[in-house]
Amino acid sequence: MSLLAEKNPAQSAASHTDSAEAFVPDQSRAERRTSYSVADFPVPGGREEEWRFTPVDRLKGLFAEEGSTEGAVTVATDAPEGVEVLELAMDDERVGSAYRPADRAAVTAYAGAAKALYVGVPNEAELVAPVFVRVTGHAGRDNAHLVVDAGRHSKATVVLEHSGTGEHTAGVEIRVGDGADLTFVTVQEWDDDAIHVAQNDALIGRDAHLRHITVTLGGEIVRVSTNARYSGPGGSFEGLGVYFADAGQHQEHRLFVDHEAPHCHSNVEYKGALQGETAHTVWVGDVLIRASAEGTDTYELNRNLILDDGARADSIPNLEIETGEIVGAGHASATGRFDDEQLFYLQARGIPEDVARRLVVRGFFASVVARIGVPEVSERLMAAIDVELGGTAAADADLVEVSS
Amino acid sequence: MSTLEIRNLQVTVETENGTKEILRGVDLTVKSGETHAIMGPNGSGKSTLAYSIAGHPKYTVTGGTVTLDGEDVLAMSVDERARAGLFLAMQYPVEVPGVTVSNFLRTAKTAVDGEAPKLRTWVKDVKAAMGDLRMDPSFAERNVNEGFSGGEKKRHEILQMELLKPKVAVLDETDSGLDVDALRIVSEGVNRVKDSTDVGVLLITHYTRILRYIKPDFVHVFVDGRIVEEGGPELADRLESEGYDRYVGASA
Ligand SMILES: Nc1ncnc2c1ncn2[C@@H]1O[C@H](COP(=O)(O)OP(=O)(O)O)[C@@H](O)[C@H]1O
Ligand SMILES: [Mg+2]
Repeated sequence: MSLLAEKNPAQSAASHTDSAEAFVPDQSRAERRTSYSVADFPVPGGREEEWRFTPVDRLKGLFAEEGSTEGAVTVATDAPEGVEVLELAMDDERVGSAYRPADRAAVTAYAGAAKALYVGVPNEAELVAPVFVRVTGHAGRDNAHLVVDAGRHSKATVVLEHSGTGEHTAGVEIRVGDGADLTFVTVQEWDDDAIHVAQNDALIGRDAHLRHITVTLGGEIVRVSTNARYSGPGGSFEGLGVYFADAGQHQEHRLFVDHEAPHCHSNVEYKGALQGETAHTVWVGDVLIRASAEGTDTYELNRNLILDDGARADSIPNLEIETGEIVGAGHASATGRFDDEQLFYLQARGIPEDVARRLVVRGFFASVVARIGVPEVSERLMAAIDVELGGTAAADADLVEVSS
Repeated sequence: MSTLEIRNLQVTVETENGTKEILRGVDLTVKSGETHAIMGPNGSGKSTLAYSIAGHPKYTVTGGTVTLDGEDVLAMSVDERARAGLFLAMQYPVEVPGVTVSNFLRTAKTAVDGEAPKLRTWVKDVKAAMGDLRMDPSFAERNVNEGFSGGEKKRHEILQMELLKPKVAVLDETDSGLDVDALRIVSEGVNRVKDSTDVGVLLITHYTRILRYIKPDFVHVFVDGRIVEEGGPELADRLESEGYDRYVGASA
């Protein structure tokens, strides 16, 4: 109900890893450039607002305007009956209408993509099973473009999975038709040396709902920028994210929710764990409530759990409000250390240390995982987290279940 | 029949101003079926004794021994101690977000017993124990200690004691902050475990109030990191009327 952004008091607990209160944008998100022309985005040097946390020197390859390497990826799709899965030329009218490259990597992806993969869910269709798009990287550079088109009043789940290696720049374009209910999941389970920079643009129709879920577990550098816009009133965007960074990994998640239509809703919740001295994560959550967006209700939250000294989590929520006629707007950001008192409590009940650690970390992620709503994804995610924590997923799988 | 034996236990803690000596030679023996009350003023080191028995990493044992049936407790990890049969009801139980009470209890029971409990009887046992402690069944689906009131936290501690059936239980100020009703419910819980098992109890308290419900066999007065006087239940009555002043004055 409050007009002012509220800050979670917990964030002062670990101020050295929390830059949430330090950042004042020098420019409104409304003024950030978007363009289809590569020339409009100079190669980043690393000082630009949108690149200042990213190891840009390792992205030189992706910043170059270049086509895809032959055989860089294989893409497998698995879709229930009735779903249209097509390859489209980049100049097809179904490509690009909801997508606007917003940085150098996004524009080289768009320029370098030879074709787009199109997943169309017909109007009013209710899918009985998720659509899976599985991207496996082999070597070299790939420029990808995926269009997910959920017809009006349809209900569907689309899961985009990434594994393997290589350098990947990608655009994902999500159109959610009026009254549609779409769950879109992007899973980054890359090998340790993969690089992946992606932009996800969503255009949410009147009274439509998009649940956009990002799961990032592997890769050397993974950067996913998600931009949500509304094409009519009554839309809602639920942005969920879970990430787990190991030593040497850079994981960056940027969100921009652009409230222009009135009476829309957005809720963002990202949680990350960092393990290993050089693990680095970045979360930037920009929300813009334009003057026309009366009746907006928005909240965003990012929490990070640091498991080892030396890991670094940057967390920057940023809320711009241009109208007073809103329902609510708030954000919270906190980064904390693994709590040894929790570990002691569990161990004092006989629970071995490794199981106790897994319980605590699973518990940390539980509030997001419970909202994913796609069992194939949440179960795999939990198993993957167990593996990250050095356990075997199966051994105590039934000991540690998830709650909200 | 089990025996927890504490001999000349000396413990320090690291503070901002350097190493601080807290326990200065504690001797205590707790046998199955016995209830020992440890009474002492705030800051005398009672929680330090409890945490040291449980193995909290913040406390450094600099001398003495702790054994359970001859086994060296100090050489065990925290979870090994619990599996060996020690239990600590904490003065300030911590929240564990995202972990439900039911998941937590089942995980702990499995760890302590070395095998998963039979589902049917387990669910029944948990329900019954919660009912006895006047805990609403919805508690099972709440996250451990999250948003619990002070009284709910203490009931939850005693619930664990009932379900895990330790050989020796240390109860650290389980009575603090409870109103009379809650105190009675929690005390009845402890008495049920005493009646149905052979548990030895080390009851740490600041007040004599709880001793009206849980009858101690032995009372130890704890001041400035050591036991300064020992006796039977009558010692508690004397503390009730005289307070700790006499001991605090003497040790200064
Ligand atoms: N972790 C700690 N760090 C610093 N001082 C401590 C710590 N734990 C206990 N102490 C100090 O040791 C003394 C005994 O504390 P405690 O064992 O909690 O006493 P009691 O439980 O009898 O009130 C107190 O002076 C307390 O301040
Ligand atoms: Mg105490």
